[in-house]
Amino acid sequence: MEVQDFVQKNSLGEKLFQQKIDTETKIEPKDWMPDAYRKTNIRQISQHAHSEVVGMLPEGNWITRAPSLKRKAILLAKVQDEAGHGLYLYSAAETLGISRDEMIEQLLTGKAKYSSIFNYPTLTWADMGAIGWLVDGAAILNQVMLCRTSYGPYARAMVRICKEESFHQRQGFEILLVLSKGTPEQKAMCQDAINRWWWPSLMMFGPRDSESTNSDQSMQWKIKRKTNDELRQQFVDMCVEQVKVLGMTLPDKDLQWNEQRGHYDFGEINWNEFRNVVKGNGPCNKQRLNARKKAHEDGAWVRAAAMAHAKKKAENVKQNAA
Amino acid sequence: MKTYINKFFYGDYGEIETGVSSTSTESSWPLWEIFIRSKQGLDHKHVGSLHAADAQMAIENARDVYTRRMEGVSIWVVESKYITASNPDEAGELYEPAKDKIYRHPTFYNLPDEVGHM
Repeated sequence: MEVQDFVQKNSLGEKLFQQKIDTETKIEPKDWMPDAYRKTNIRQISQHAHSEVVGMLPEGNWITRAPSLKRKAILLAKVQDEAGHGLYLYSAAETLGISRDEMIEQLLTGKAKYSSIFNYPTLTWADMGAIGWLVDGAAILNQVMLCRTSYGPYARAMVRICKEESFHQRQGFEILLVLSKGTPEQKAMCQDAINRWWWPSLMMFGPRDSESTNSDQSMQWKIKRKTNDELRQQFVDMCVEQVKVLGMTLPDKDLQWNEQRGHYDFGEINWNEFRNVVKGNGPCNKQRLNARKKAHEDGAWVRAAAMAHAKKKAENVKQNAA
Repeated sequence: MKTYINKFFYGDYGEIETGVSSTSTESSWPLWEIFIRSKQGLDHKHVGSLHAADAQMAIENARDVYTRRMEGVSIWVVESKYITASNPDEAGELYEPAKDKIYRHPTFYNLPDEVGHM
């Protein structure tokens, strides 16, 4: 193809592409799409997948120590869900032409990021409650929005995930509810967990809109449909009401209803901490990645053995047929 | 472990002889497409994909991943490389001809009310 033709085809393609987006037609794997759209989706979906997978680690920490058999079964089911969510998302990213191996490689070498929230430690049982309520709660707002994202396989994965995610948030809130009606120590543990997870949860929505680099293009392509600040505000408004049910408080003295805006005002996020954890200097960054690497390396022989076994079985079938 | 970017797109493998598995590492498990029948009487429906060493493992993994909440009573798996998909660029030739044949729809025919439901 002549260069001229190629450029013309691409700019025409881009116009048709944007028209599809504007008329709410989903983009499917084999459809033409701008390279940057493909790349942005690969980056976002794979990071989302990594977050689900790394997100199993802080909770896995508590499976053996859950206070009852019921709680243990619930936590196991939840962590298994996270693995499933990782898989839905990896599959969605694979439809864009990147291999699973390459995505895993990017995670393990630190080239790809995952949600910084999982670089915080889980110190008490109440943290399982706070993670469910706040961390999953924040994630759900983002995920509900993504159910309508423009890339078909991503949107479908999100619908599946959202159906399962509300169990996560409810079980977390229930853990806190039980603690909030318990002994003074249990109440204190509940409040302490909320105090530690509140601000990192607000950071999950990412930098302020004025500093978010990818936001405009992602909104135009309808990969995202709400900005970081809009989602963060929605989260704050929701939690202020819910925390009252627990009889606990959110650790922000600036929280106040703003009649004019029709929203709660809230205090300034510690953006230095945010940047630091993103950069890899959070309390558990190294620990999490090392745990992931170890699991991947320890599992290598299993993957190889399964493949060898499958090949051998296939050969046997062939020989028997001959 | 050496890995390569896979430039094959999902549902695109039919045009390419080797498909997805041979371009990944030797020990990589191939990709499978998963179809679930949600209850007796309904069709199997595509739900997503996963990696597995063979068909049996693909079914077991699909059970764990796609039917944790009783979403299915039957599972089909097929290695992704065996799926041939139509090309979106040919959508015009493939589907346009059906557009002007509105007489294929029951609403094309005006019948008197006395006929009742037909």
